[in-house]
Amino acid sequence: MRIPIETYRLPNGLLVSLSEDHTAPLVAVNLWYHVGSANEREGRTGFAHLFEHMLFQGSAHVEANEHFELIQRAGGTLNGSTWLDRTNYFETIPSNQLALALWLEADRMGQLLPAMTQQKLDTQRDVVMNERRWSVDNQPYGTWWERLPALAYPPGHPFHHSLIGSFEDLTAAQLDDVAQFFATYYTPDNAVLSIAGDFDPAEARALVERFYGPIPKGQGKPALPAMTLPPRFGEWRRETVPDAVMLPRLFLAFRIPPFGTPEHDAASIAGAVLGQKKGSRLYRALVRERQVASETSAFTFDLAKGNDLLVADVTARPGISGDVLEREVAREIDALRTTGVSVEELDRAIALTETQLVVSMQSAGERADKLSLFATYFGDPSLVNEQVERYHAVTRDEVNAFVESYLGEDNRASLLYVPRDPIAAVETPAAMVEAIQ
Amino acid sequence: MTAAVRPKAGPPRAYRFPAFERQTLGNGIRLIVAPVPKLPVVSMMAIIEAGAICDPAGREGLAQLTASALIEGTRTLDGPELTERLEGIGGSVDPSADWDYVAASTTVMSARAPAALALLAEILTVPSFPEREIERLRSERHSELLQQRAEPRGLADEMFSRFLYGPGSRYAEPEGGNERSILSITRDDIIAFHRDRYRPGGTTLIIAGDISLDTVVQMVEANFGSWTGSATHAPVIHDQAASITRRVYVVGKDDAPQSELRIGHVGVPRSHPDYFRVVIMNAILGGLFSSRINLNLREVHAYTYGAYSHYDWRRGAGPFVVSTAVKSDVTDGAVREVLHEIDRIREAEPTVEELSLATSYLDGVFPIRYETTSAIAGALASLVVYGLPDDYFDRYRENIRSVTSADVLAAARQHLHPEQLQFAVVGDPNAVRAPLERLQLGPTMLFDSEGKPLQ
Repeated sequence: MRIPIETYRLPNGLLVSLSEDHTAPLVAVNLWYHVGSANEREGRTGFAHLFEHMLFQGSAHVEANEHFELIQRAGGTLNGSTWLDRTNYFETIPSNQLALALWLEADRMGQLLPAMTQQKLDTQRDVVMNERRWSVDNQPYGTWWERLPALAYPPGHPFHHSLIGSFEDLTAAQLDDVAQFFATYYTPDNAVLSIAGDFDPAEARALVERFYGPIPKGQGKPALPAMTLPPRFGEWRRETVPDAVMLPRLFLAFRIPPFGTPEHDAASIAGAVLGQKKGSRLYRALVRERQVASETSAFTFDLAKGNDLLVADVTARPGISGDVLEREVAREIDALRTTGVSVEELDRAIALTETQLVVSMQSAGERADKLSLFATYFGDPSLVNEQVERYHAVTRDEVNAFVESYLGEDNRASLLYVPRDPIAAVETPAAMVEAIQ
Repeated sequence: MTAAVRPKAGPPRAYRFPAFERQTLGNGIRLIVAPVPKLPVVSMMAIIEAGAICDPAGREGLAQLTASALIEGTRTLDGPELTERLEGIGGSVDPSADWDYVAASTTVMSARAPAALALLAEILTVPSFPEREIERLRSERHSELLQQRAEPRGLADEMFSRFLYGPGSRYAEPEGGNERSILSITRDDIIAFHRDRYRPGGTTLIIAGDISLDTVVQMVEANFGSWTGSATHAPVIHDQAASITRRVYVVGKDDAPQSELRIGHVGVPRSHPDYFRVVIMNAILGGLFSSRINLNLREVHAYTYGAYSHYDWRRGAGPFVVSTAVKSDVTDGAVREVLHEIDRIREAEPTVEELSLATSYLDGVFPIRYETTSAIAGALASLVVYGLPDDYFDRYRENIRSVTSADVLAAARQHLHPEQLQFAVVGDPNAVRAPLERLQLGPTMLFDSEGKPLQ
């Protein structure tokens, strides 16, 4: 499956990708800025994400929250999100409203600062603090989002610190920080723009030229400190977190090569063999057969610089201790290293991956987002068309070589949540205990 | 730099919801097929009249357990073999029971559609329900319930329903059942439930994607042709409220940094003739980012990350509920603002701008909702489940656009009942109880995280 792609660059550095599809009268506009929590300076954790909130507080010709209102009034959907190494903003709108979405994004890329006020910053700071309470502090296991990167990347590494940020650092954020961050990172040469769906390419190019052409190029951004770490942890690190949870849950991370490398493709397939859906090794062995776990999954962060992480995420059954859980998960990982993957396991992983990729390409928003991803990380949006083939090309030998190199005891980081209140452990159905002995 | 003049919209391009065809086979199984040739994928969804509303009293969770157990083995394949076959072709099926129906669905590359449909038929028609797997699924539900006690959002949703509906209502218990009811369900119950409820006469197969009606008919004849049985009568739905005067329920979670709030009352059934008016009224009140409740609680007061109101549409009257999570020390302020917004929308017609925002949003996003084959199949399922006419999607946008400001006010006055509101708060009782009592909403009761009264 291939989608049509045209790519070009404006003189100010903005990389533009266009992908036509006229099956429905809708179009997606998607911008990735190559900035994330990795770019935050010391004492300003959470700022990249707080800044994302500020981008909805208006710009030179747009009132606070009007971006939302105008897009919804036009019959569109929209949002933004912040990740370790990028921030994105996106709209899907009826195709006759393309100009509006492009104009709104251009107004805030070009002229955000006239709209920024102390009051808006204070309000969004409170909103973000509530987001932190909601998604991290008042959520069982919610702190894994910051504990796992902190365990897996050394202090000072751009991926080490919290993405949502500490209350202290959020409190410290100033309007000056907003101005500086904007000038440094929200520039056309640090962004990519993707348009996918029902549009006329000549018209889209003219709109892009008119709205984005006049925005000046940036002054360049400070280089990130060295990202590349030794290929393996060199040890089995462990952190145990007593928390307000009912069941132990293990996040077992492996340091792996970055997204975009052939080894990462093998890692993705290995991850699917291990943890994707009910036919995966972890589910079959730990949920179905030995009944020591209630839920299992595996995923990668897909970081394209330095080193990525492959994570197995397994929640215990009632009555199973954190230690037993870790031992049982490790047993499966070791078994995978001993036996290697079977042909059936490889085929299953590739088939599931293919369905998932093709299904996601049904949506204009997903197409545009993937174009932006490949444009941002590799300067080449057409890589979107190679995804399925890349995974199809992964061989058993490659997966086995990956498993051998990266899933050993010298490359593990365990983040283990255990109930602070031991009551949960008492409620063990007797049958469950027998099943694991 | 960007011009101050905002671009105008171009002429809109026409859109039609994908055309679909219906057919009924000799054994009564109904087919709906929507050919969508955009990408080489096919979504298939079986809708069975076997939802949680069919659970017998004391056996709450039977419908969900039966649905989950479908994939644990059949006459010829055990659970792991079934999984292997399905996932080996890039699909997966996780049947689940909604209130009104069971859905078993998967999406695969079109070349895999015949194999996927054959497996779907096997799962639905000849499941074996192995005792060991049923035991395991019961204990998985037990884990889920344990987890929920520590998870404020899910706990708030569950507690709110429990407090909202009278003891005779199925809606008072979670769809998946409670700790007691789950333990009481036997394999025989599951076999009987399957025998009585999973019948071709009560089943609709919906197929959307890169495939033709003829191909589907052949495939379905071959795989479901020998299945027999007419539809079973639908159960009577009890959806009466537990209380028609205000009550406050505080579910204690000591030292919680936030309060999860659920404020609402019993809503209206999906089949109500005011459906479109209520949808627009709710969009203005709290259904959109730019709605009154969200702008007030989030952008004006910064109490929360988000606040929304929602009608849970079911065959019976599902809840109308306002949901938000706020910092503990502003719990009373947030409740006061929600009450203010509910009162305000009943006092006067919304402005022209508010009305047009809601109607143009819902009108405009219509095509965006149906970009994927699974979303199209899901939409067609709603025709089946709620008995909507076949031209429902063709008329949807004009129905949305025809709602007036007067309709919104009338809907708010008729369907919002401030005096009947129930308030559930999962939070730190030491921080929230006294301030809530000062609001004099109604009698306040304190519960632990299992729903046991503490006084």
